[in-house]
Amino acid sequence: MSEAERKTDDDLHDGNSSRRDFLRNLGIAGASALISAGAPSESMANAPDTVSETSVQEFLQGHFVLMSEEEKKEAIARLEKRYSVQYSKKTTVADTPAPEGVLFGYALDIAKCIGCRRCVHACVEENNQSRGEHAIQWIQVMKIPKGNFSFSADRLDKGYPENSAVGDYGVQVGGNAYTPAGGLSTAHAQNYYAADEAVPDKDFFYVPVQCQQCEKPPCVKACPVRATFRDENGIVLIDYNWCIGCRMCQLACPYGARRFNWGEPELPAEEMNPKTHYFGNRPRMRGVMEKCTFCVQRTREGRNPACLEACPVGARKFGNLLDPESDVRKIIATKRVFRFKEEMGTYPKFFYYIG
Amino acid sequence: MNKFISFAVDLGAYALKGGPRYRAWLLFLLALIVGCSFPAYRQLTEGLILTGATDQIPMEMFFANFIFTAHVAAAAILVVAPGYFYHRKDMKELAVIGEIIAMVFVATGITFIIFHMGRPDRLWHILPIVGYLNFPNSMLIYDTIVLNVYLYLNLIGITYILYKKYTGEFDTKALARWFTPVIYLAIVWGPLIHICTAFVLSSNARMGMWASAVMPFGFLAMAGASGPALVIVLFLIIRKHTKLHINDSVIDLMTTIIGWSLGIITLVFAGEYFTVLYSNTEHAESLNFSMFGHNGLKMYVPWFWGTNIAILGSFIAILFPRIRKSYDFWLPILCVIIFMAILVEKPMMLVFPAFSPSPMGEYTEYRPTMIEMINVMGTWAVGFMSLTLLVKAAVGVLTGEVRYKLSTDSH
Repeated sequence: MSEAERKTDDDLHDGNSSRRDFLRNLGIAGASALISAGAPSESMANAPDTVSETSVQEFLQGHFVLMSEEEKKEAIARLEKRYSVQYSKKTTVADTPAPEGVLFGYALDIAKCIGCRRCVHACVEENNQSRGEHAIQWIQVMKIPKGNFSFSADRLDKGYPENSAVGDYGVQVGGNAYTPAGGLSTAHAQNYYAADEAVPDKDFFYVPVQCQQCEKPPCVKACPVRATFRDENGIVLIDYNWCIGCRMCQLACPYGARRFNWGEPELPAEEMNPKTHYFGNRPRMRGVMEKCTFCVQRTREGRNPACLEACPVGARKFGNLLDPESDVRKIIATKRVFRFKEEMGTYPKFFYYIG
Repeated sequence: MNKFISFAVDLGAYALKGGPRYRAWLLFLLALIVGCSFPAYRQLTEGLILTGATDQIPMEMFFANFIFTAHVAAAAILVVAPGYFYHRKDMKELAVIGEIIAMVFVATGITFIIFHMGRPDRLWHILPIVGYLNFPNSMLIYDTIVLNVYLYLNLIGITYILYKKYTGEFDTKALARWFTPVIYLAIVWGPLIHICTAFVLSSNARMGMWASAVMPFGFLAMAGASGPALVIVLFLIIRKHTKLHINDSVIDLMTTIIGWSLGIITLVFAGEYFTVLYSNTEHAESLNFSMFGHNGLKMYVPWFWGTNIAILGSFIAILFPRIRKSYDFWLPILCVIIFMAILVEKPMMLVFPAFSPSPMGEYTEYRPTMIEMINVMGTWAVGFMSLTLLVKAAVGVLTGEVRYKLSTDSH
C-alpha cells in the first residue's frame, strides 16, 4: 500500500472505514488481476506499473460527490497521472464547481439549422468521444421530410368500406389516408444521411437532438447507484468511475441521448483533448455510459458549449434561464418555442424554436 | 460442526454417484461450462462489444434470459405452497425440491445479470453501506433486494430441511419456531420477485410496448406455465429413476396449473393485442413490427407467430385428458414445448422488438453473436448442473439413502 493511500485510510472519518478497509484488502489481490487483464495493452505498454497501480486505487474509489476534499484531490491526481501516461501528454482533470444562481438552458432554431453536422464533429473533438469503428456521437441530427403532397383526387371516393347495395353512408377510412404529410415526427426521420450529402436539402428540415438536460430526468430516477445525477445548474452528469454499466438509464431516456461504451473506447493520443473535467470530457473507459453535458468543462468556466461555437448559421443559443437578459430567455419570451416529446413529462431545458 | 461437515460430504458424494446416463449428462454440462469459460473471459475483458447489443437495442440475450429465470424461480413456490398452505400430504415432502429450483434459478438469473453489466467489477457499488443504493427511486434496486432475499430465504429453507432429515431430527409437527415464518415468507416472496421484475420493464415510459399494466399478470401467468413444465419433467425423471415416490396427483396438480396459466397468458396477449391494434396508434408500432415487419425487416415475424401458435396450441392440447395423463410420452413433450416457447418469447417477442422504433424512429433487428450465445449456454449449463446435483442430493436425503448414522457406521 502506498504512502498516499495509507494517509487516506487515516483520514476516513466516517463509520465505514473498517468496512472499506476490509473491502480494500479483499479487493486488491483480485482486482489488480481483473483490471490489468481488462486494460488496453497497446497504449499502456510504456508504463504498465503506473497504470495498473492507479487502476486498483480507481477500482476502490467511492462516489465522487460523496468524497471528502482530500479524497477528491487524490482521485483527480490519480486520473491526471494515468491519462498523462496513457495519452503521452500533460492532461488536466478539473473539478470546477458549479457556478451559483445559474440554471443552464439551450435553444435551437430549427428554421436556421442546415444539417451540416459541424456541431456533431466539434462535440466529438471537444469531448473525447470514441472514434473509428466504435465511434460515439452525442448529437444526432434528424433529417425530416417537409411534406409529401401525394394527395390525389382519384382517391376521393375510394376507401373503406366501399359502396354497397345496403346503402352508401360514406367511407370511414378515406382514400387519402396513410399519406404522410411531414411534420415534426420521428416516424419519417432519417438519422444516417451520408456525410458527403449536400445540405441543406430543400425538401427536408433538420432537427439535432442531444441530451435535453431534463428538469425531471427519468435516467437519474432509474440509475440504481446514483452514478448519474442532476447538478446545481440543472445539468445531468455521470461519474464514469461509479457507473456499473447496467444501462437502465438508456432504457429510461425518451431522447436516445445516452451512449454506452460497448468496447474499449478508441481515442487516438494525438486527437485527445487534454483539458478535461471530471464529470465532462475526460476519457471514458469500457462499459460505462456517457452523454452530452452541455460541455460542463467549458460552461462552468463561463464559456459556451463547443457545438454552439461550431454552428455556422447561429442556430444554437445557450444561457442562464434565471437571467431575463440572456439569449435563451429572450427567445423563450418572443419566439414560437417547443420542447421535444413534451408528453413524456421530462421538462427539458433544451428548447426548439422557429426563428 | 462435524455433523455438518459430514452432511456436506455425504450429500456431495451421493450427488456425483449415478448411472452412465447420469454421468454423461453431467459431463455434457461440464463440457459446456468449460467451453464457455474462454468466451466468458473474453467478454469480461473486452466488453459487451462482443455481444449483439447496440445503443438501439441495449438489452441483450442475458437480460432476456434473466427474465425467464425469474419466471421459473417465482413458479417454484407452486411446489412449496400446496404442502404448507393446503397441507397436501403428497406435496409436503417435495417442497424442498421446489425450493431448490427457486434458489438455482435465482442464482442463474444473477449470473445472467453479471454478464449483462458493463462493469461487473463494480458490483460492490450496489451493496448497502460500502456502495450507494438509489432507494426508493430505482426499480432495479427493488429487484436486486427481492432477488437476493429470495435466494437466501430458499438457501436457509433447503439447508434446514435437508440437514434435519439427514440427521433424522426432522419432524413436521415440531419444526423450529423460526422455520415456519421463513418458509411462508419464501412462498409470498416468489410472486414478489416477479412483480418487481415486471416493474423494472414497465417503469420505462419510453418503451411503449412495455408500458402495460398487465405485464405483472402476464409474467406470473408465464411463470405458472414454464415453472411447472420444468417441475413435471423433473418429477417424471425422479419417479422413473429413483426410489422417491411421487404420486400422480402431484403431476395432475401441476398440469392443472399449467392449463390455467396458459389460458391466462392467452387472455393477456389477446387483451394487449386488441388494446393497441384497434386504435392502431403509436403504441401499436412495435407490435406491428413483430407481426408484419417494417420496410423489409422481418426477423421477428416467424418468432412472433411461432411462439403464439405454440402457446395457443399447448393450451388446447393440455385440455385433453389423453395428453395430460400420458405421463410417459405426450406430457413431457408438451412440457418441453411450453418451456421452450416461453423461453423464446422473452428475447424474440418481449425484449428485442420493443426497441423498435427507437426514440429517434429507428427500426433495428437484433443479431446475437456466437460469443453471446455460448455465454448464455454456459450460464444455463451452470444452472442445470447445480439443479441436477442439488436435486439428486435432496432425493438421496428424502429417500433415506443418505443418513448421518449410516455414514458413521461405515467409517
